[in-house]
Amino acid sequence: MASQETIHVAEPRGSLLNDPKVRGLIFQVVVGAALVLLVWWIVGNTIENLRRANISSGFGFLAGRAGFDIAQTPIDYSSNSSFGRAILVGLVNTIIVAVSGIATATIIGFLVGIGRLSRNWLVARICTVYVEVFRNIPPLLVIFFWYFGVISVLPAPRDSIELGLGTYINSRGFFMPKAVWGEGAWLIAVAFVLAIAMTWFVARKARQRQMATGQQFPVVRTAIGLIVGLPVLAFLVTGLPVTFEVPQLSTFNIRGGWTVKPEFLSLYLALSFYTASFIAEIVRAGILGVSKGQSEASFALGLRQGQALRLVIVPQAMRIVIPPLTSQYLNLTKNSSLAVAIGYPDLVAVGQTTMNQTGQAVEVVAIWMIVYLGLSLTTSVFMNWFNARMALVER
Amino acid sequence: MAFFIGRRAGKGRRAAGIDGTFAAGRSREAKKCGEMGPAQRKGFSMSYKFLTGVLGAAALAFTASAASAATLDDVKEKGYVQCGVSTGLAGFSAPNDAGDWEGFDVDLCRAIAAAVFGDPEAARFTPTNATERFTALQSGEIDVLTRNTTWTLSRDTKLGFNFAGVNYYDGQGFMINGKNLPDVNSALQLSGAAVCVQTGTTTELNLADYFRANNMEYNPVVFQALEEVNAAYDSGRCDVYTTDQSGLYAIRLTLTNPDDHVVLPEIISKEPLGPAVRQGDDQWLDVVKWTLYAMIQAEELGITSANVEEMMNSDNPEIKRILGQEGESTLAADLGLENEWVVNIIKGVGNYGEVFERNIGQDSPLKISRGLNQLWTKGGIQYAMPIR
Repeated sequence: MASQETIHVAEPRGSLLNDPKVRGLIFQVVVGAALVLLVWWIVGNTIENLRRANISSGFGFLAGRAGFDIAQTPIDYSSNSSFGRAILVGLVNTIIVAVSGIATATIIGFLVGIGRLSRNWLVARICTVYVEVFRNIPPLLVIFFWYFGVISVLPAPRDSIELGLGTYINSRGFFMPKAVWGEGAWLIAVAFVLAIAMTWFVARKARQRQMATGQQFPVVRTAIGLIVGLPVLAFLVTGLPVTFEVPQLSTFNIRGGWTVKPEFLSLYLALSFYTASFIAEIVRAGILGVSKGQSEASFALGLRQGQALRLVIVPQAMRIVIPPLTSQYLNLTKNSSLAVAIGYPDLVAVGQTTMNQTGQAVEVVAIWMIVYLGLSLTTSVFMNWFNARMALVER
Repeated sequence: MAFFIGRRAGKGRRAAGIDGTFAAGRSREAKKCGEMGPAQRKGFSMSYKFLTGVLGAAALAFTASAASAATLDDVKEKGYVQCGVSTGLAGFSAPNDAGDWEGFDVDLCRAIAAAVFGDPEAARFTPTNATERFTALQSGEIDVLTRNTTWTLSRDTKLGFNFAGVNYYDGQGFMINGKNLPDVNSALQLSGAAVCVQTGTTTELNLADYFRANNMEYNPVVFQALEEVNAAYDSGRCDVYTTDQSGLYAIRLTLTNPDDHVVLPEIISKEPLGPAVRQGDDQWLDVVKWTLYAMIQAEELGITSANVEEMMNSDNPEIKRILGQEGESTLAADLGLENEWVVNIIKGVGNYGEVFERNIGQDSPLKISRGLNQLWTKGGIQYAMPIR
């Protein structure tokens, strides 16, 4: 920038066309206009071609009756619902698998990434093998591995493996008791929220006290006590309002209870394990990126290994980790569209069904692109905010 | 203005030579397909799906003139008919062990090739999924869709197709593993079952309607590709497989233990399967339509691939007319075809009955009885409009 300005000042002013500012403006206007024209031409051409081929166009089809069923419906949906609703179900399914996958991948990734740097030979080697295996296999194959290699070889429903406490696992999925919330159960939820609020407050007070006096307060133990204790107390006080619906074996399958379908399970595990291998490398790079003097200095101050990691190394490593971590989250979200291969009803799968039942390919593809763009931008905005918070605050 | 004109891209490449070169070209290409392992084929079908879906949409966006009117001229110019078929449904359209496509739907395509070129080998096949078949036809990637496709109103109107007739009257049925579920002998006992179904089919819609109408629940297990549905059912992921009954018989043969599986008696829908072409090209529609009728009419008149030569000398005016032996007849010319088009069809693939029996009837492993697909004179509903 600076060099350009000096050149600008040095040169004598000629015609308006030689002014870099004006020239830049003209170029931008020309490129902008060309882009608008191109888009306008493509849209017009598409509409004209669709009309000529007697294919209906427009988004009116979204209000029509879908007529097909979806395997996993987190929001109300039946075959009488509209195509728009069906696509919404697909979107929610995509978000479910993306969010749970991101959470799990982050946890596994951090564990493995730190594990690779462990001084324990076995732990470090196991983590290395994990990273090299999952990082070098295409995600689709990892999905197939879980679906065809692991879950479909589990026994049939009538030979389900019982895991105790009314929990079963078989080739149709994972079955567990479902809590049925009775009268007054809302108090438990309130107690839970209250406990979290109190924990936050206690942590804040303890920090202030430590700052002021140097005395520590057992925050973790208090937090566990609050978060577990308060809801349990509410549960007892309100007279045990929660009952459990236990899965039962029926003609075809296990019924009742809460079911995790194999399609979701495969996709979730595959995306988590696959993305975790990349996150592990990012975490390792972040930790190695913190200069050795930092850990030596913290040991010199008398911090133990774990404390040094938690208080000194990781906070600094996070600044290196977060930006590439964002890309991995975006990748995971986009990779979830591989769900079509195993029939998990995500946005793409439901969209393809819609596309085929209505024949409106252009519209459905447009919806896909807009939705994925929206999801990715939302993730980016959140991560950028998080990054700004974690960034080095210079005083 | 066009960036590319998809359908015409290969124009002129094959302008010369009709007989030998095509046969060689076709079988070479087919063999390439046949040599692929199952894993590769899966990868192929996956990437292919996106290619057709997205490129189909892209073709609509960028082509200046999509799907022009005169398909017959285009077909004659490129020298072969490009047909959309299934990715492999035994008896209907599947590559054999030599890599050549075979089946009931494939033979209809070959009959069209024979009618246009006098050579049943002048046909090429594009394997399509249930979801990509329509885009392939709309974008002009294929000339005709001969792929057990159900004729419905919305496909006829909204998708911009015309159906040229019905080559197989079918209905949707259910198949279960009778060994695992010995007590189930009716579809009405299927409440709570996991049902395997291919997405993007009328089957998927009928299934929802049937269970809803009978107040039953089910868990849909939905896949894009036929092979994936088959694998899921075979591995026990679902209790029930539903598709057109003819398809169930064909798929049963490919399962690990075909004898364990039974097709339940209920037929829950009408599935008239037939060839589809793009709307707005009446001449090509006529060619496909009358090719099918000629096959049915030939069976009615007793013209077979064995006796077609001697039938050409027949005194029966109807036979003479259909075989192009009637002087001064302009029937073929009006269609835009050679005078002996029906002779070529029958010589090439045989009449409707022959094609049926060879691919899916008593001479095949499927052993499907003619049923509704018997001629109208013999108690079925296959009925050709008069060729005159």
